[in-house]
Amino acid sequence: MIAEQWRRLLAASATAVLAATLSACGGSAATAAPSAVALTFYYPVAVPGPITQLIDGYISKFEQQNPGITVKPVLSGGYPDTLTKIETTIKGGGTPPDVAVMLSTDLYSLVDSNAIQPLDSQIAAAGGNNYLNGFYPAFLANSRYQGHVWSLPFQRSTPVLYYNRDMFQAAGLDPTKGPANYQEMVADAQKLTKPDGSTWGIEISSDGIPYWLFQSFVIGNGANVVGSAPNQVSFDTPQVVSALQDFADLSAKYHVMPSGILQWANMPNDFVAGKAAMIWHSSGSLANILKQAKFNVGVSYTVGEQGFGAPTGGGNLYMLKGIPADHQAAAWKFIQFMSSNDIQADWSMHTGYIAASPAAYQTAAMKAYLAKTPQASVAPDGIEYAKAELAAHDNAQVQKFLGDAVQAVLTGKSDPSSALRSAQQQATQLLSAFKN
Amino acid sequence: MGRPQRFSRLGRRPRSGAAVLPYLLVLPTVFFVAVFTLWPTVRVAYDSLFLQNEAVQVPQFTGLGNYAALFADPAFRQVLFNTVIYVIVTVPISVALALVIALALNRRLRALGLFRLAFFYPAILPMVSAATIWLFMYAPGYGLVNVFLGILHLPGQNWLGSPDLALFALMIVGVWKQTGYFMIFYLAGLQGLSREIFEAADLDGASAIQTVRHITLPLLAGMTLFVTTIAVVNGFETVDQTYIMTGGGPTNATTMLLFDIWQTLFSFFDLGKASAMSVILIAVLLIFTVVNFSHLERRATYE
Repeated sequence: MIAEQWRRLLAASATAVLAATLSACGGSAATAAPSAVALTFYYPVAVPGPITQLIDGYISKFEQQNPGITVKPVLSGGYPDTLTKIETTIKGGGTPPDVAVMLSTDLYSLVDSNAIQPLDSQIAAAGGNNYLNGFYPAFLANSRYQGHVWSLPFQRSTPVLYYNRDMFQAAGLDPTKGPANYQEMVADAQKLTKPDGSTWGIEISSDGIPYWLFQSFVIGNGANVVGSAPNQVSFDTPQVVSALQDFADLSAKYHVMPSGILQWANMPNDFVAGKAAMIWHSSGSLANILKQAKFNVGVSYTVGEQGFGAPTGGGNLYMLKGIPADHQAAAWKFIQFMSSNDIQADWSMHTGYIAASPAAYQTAAMKAYLAKTPQASVAPDGIEYAKAELAAHDNAQVQKFLGDAVQAVLTGKSDPSSALRSAQQQATQLLSAFKN
Repeated sequence: MGRPQRFSRLGRRPRSGAAVLPYLLVLPTVFFVAVFTLWPTVRVAYDSLFLQNEAVQVPQFTGLGNYAALFADPAFRQVLFNTVIYVIVTVPISVALALVIALALNRRLRALGLFRLAFFYPAILPMVSAATIWLFMYAPGYGLVNVFLGILHLPGQNWLGSPDLALFALMIVGVWKQTGYFMIFYLAGLQGLSREIFEAADLDGASAIQTVRHITLPLLAGMTLFVTTIAVVNGFETVDQTYIMTGGGPTNATTMLLFDIWQTLFSFFDLGKASAMSVILIAVLLIFTVVNFSHLERRATYE
């Protein structure tokens, strides 16, 4: 009796589901006009601030300008989470988003796993090299591979040196400019460090992705750790070894920085609380630091022995592979929109990211902002000192080899030349699996 | 219902309904164990025999190549070492502490409920939130731990930023987190013991320490083995606090097996190697559990 009732119920519900499915199919077939394209956009959040509101605002502006295209924004965690989500979706046979913001250095991994498509034809239609020349060249350094352009800059940054102008003044230093090279930075830090331990001269973090700030020392020494091809790295040249020695000396020799591994997330807090007179941090933290600091904040460039130097950083816009043709056209419109001058200017003002092109700094809104906040012009002016961020095949592992070497030296477990030699060997062995 | 009948009447087939029903009842369990435990285990063992990573996108059979590469890698040997040290240190300490606290709280005390709650509280916090709180407590300079050290005129430490202290700092979090959980098991065990034995011991003039040593502990032996098994499995599966607090650093000083599996698969996209590491983890846990339970069956005779 009961079984009979169950059977009826099952039959009834199966019919209902079938009917619903059929009507849904019929409905979509009837209403699917060629102009109705629904894009999915993955973006990570890597700096503090009201990021989702800003992104939602840009999207509604885009949808107003482009009727027939809707964009669904998906906050995909941090950069590593975004890459993981997309790679596992593709490997599991799922549907990836149409557009995603991922690190510019994810390029080779994304090409190796066949996840992205080049933007060559779209760029050619938009004006080819004329169009590309509008962007800062340093921000396209990690976009080109195998003769194609794979991404456009969106949220780009460099490390900068933040310094407390009030403390500079009190220590008898020139509050209008930061140190010009490593030697000056050490001398300043020695004057700024208080013997009772309440203020450190400088703090440079070394957790998470230690290779990135370390690259500032290397580039300031006139070298870089990036190899001449994506299956090569240059970790153990004399300039790199001496850069790592400089980094470690800040705490071990000069005692102007706390010892051990310092945490990225703590640096801005320590700086605004007056526990550190100088920090190295992403230019993307500028808006937040200015909002919180109760003193005059100076912004300058990160340095090595020979002067200013910094790697680029941050995320680019990628188009995912295998999306339908109408999505490709809409996705390109969206990528162009998000890297356009007005959006880039607004994005930069609210975060501290460096706008993708010099023209964004000529917009009226940006000019008014810079007149009020001159600190914001430091990072874009410093792009001439910026070189490519470390990128290679198997990028996460290669970056970790260098980061592990940096941490081993900073914690006194190894010396620069043997740590870097071992990192070079590990990376060379791993990269030998790639032909170019 | 029909069980004695079925066994007593030889040669007669049991009624079909009675034979099918037990299988039907375990079917959901069998189904879920097969789909979510057995099949993934088989699959991971199979995947561990292939090279499949960023350089090799189409799987290539390599036999035991992934295992050979792992054991030749000093970083992996350090990961195994860290894991074993973590288990060897945290398991006895949390189990012993749990027992001591349970003994202390197994009596009439004012505000007993409050004490029990205070010790059990860490167990109900999600590990990720707990780790975030500890992250602030360990912060160099203003973190609570260093503030306390300062009151005692001891130098502050960069707990998570020093390779000599970071694993130790994670162990403290692990012990703090799970001791209250094990305490609950011991409390339940203690309250299940019959009062008469203790009264008899009391009449014979046994001291409190003698009672604990010769009566309570042996009677709780079964519970101890059970709690130890859970503690060891927890220890080998430590991952949340590593992810939140150190990211495995400095220079792999806090990288343990499960974190390394996660990192190898979802950050390095090396499916073959991550599978081989998973097989190693499963094998270790399986061997331990089998040995421990065979002990348990032999020793837990009090029931």
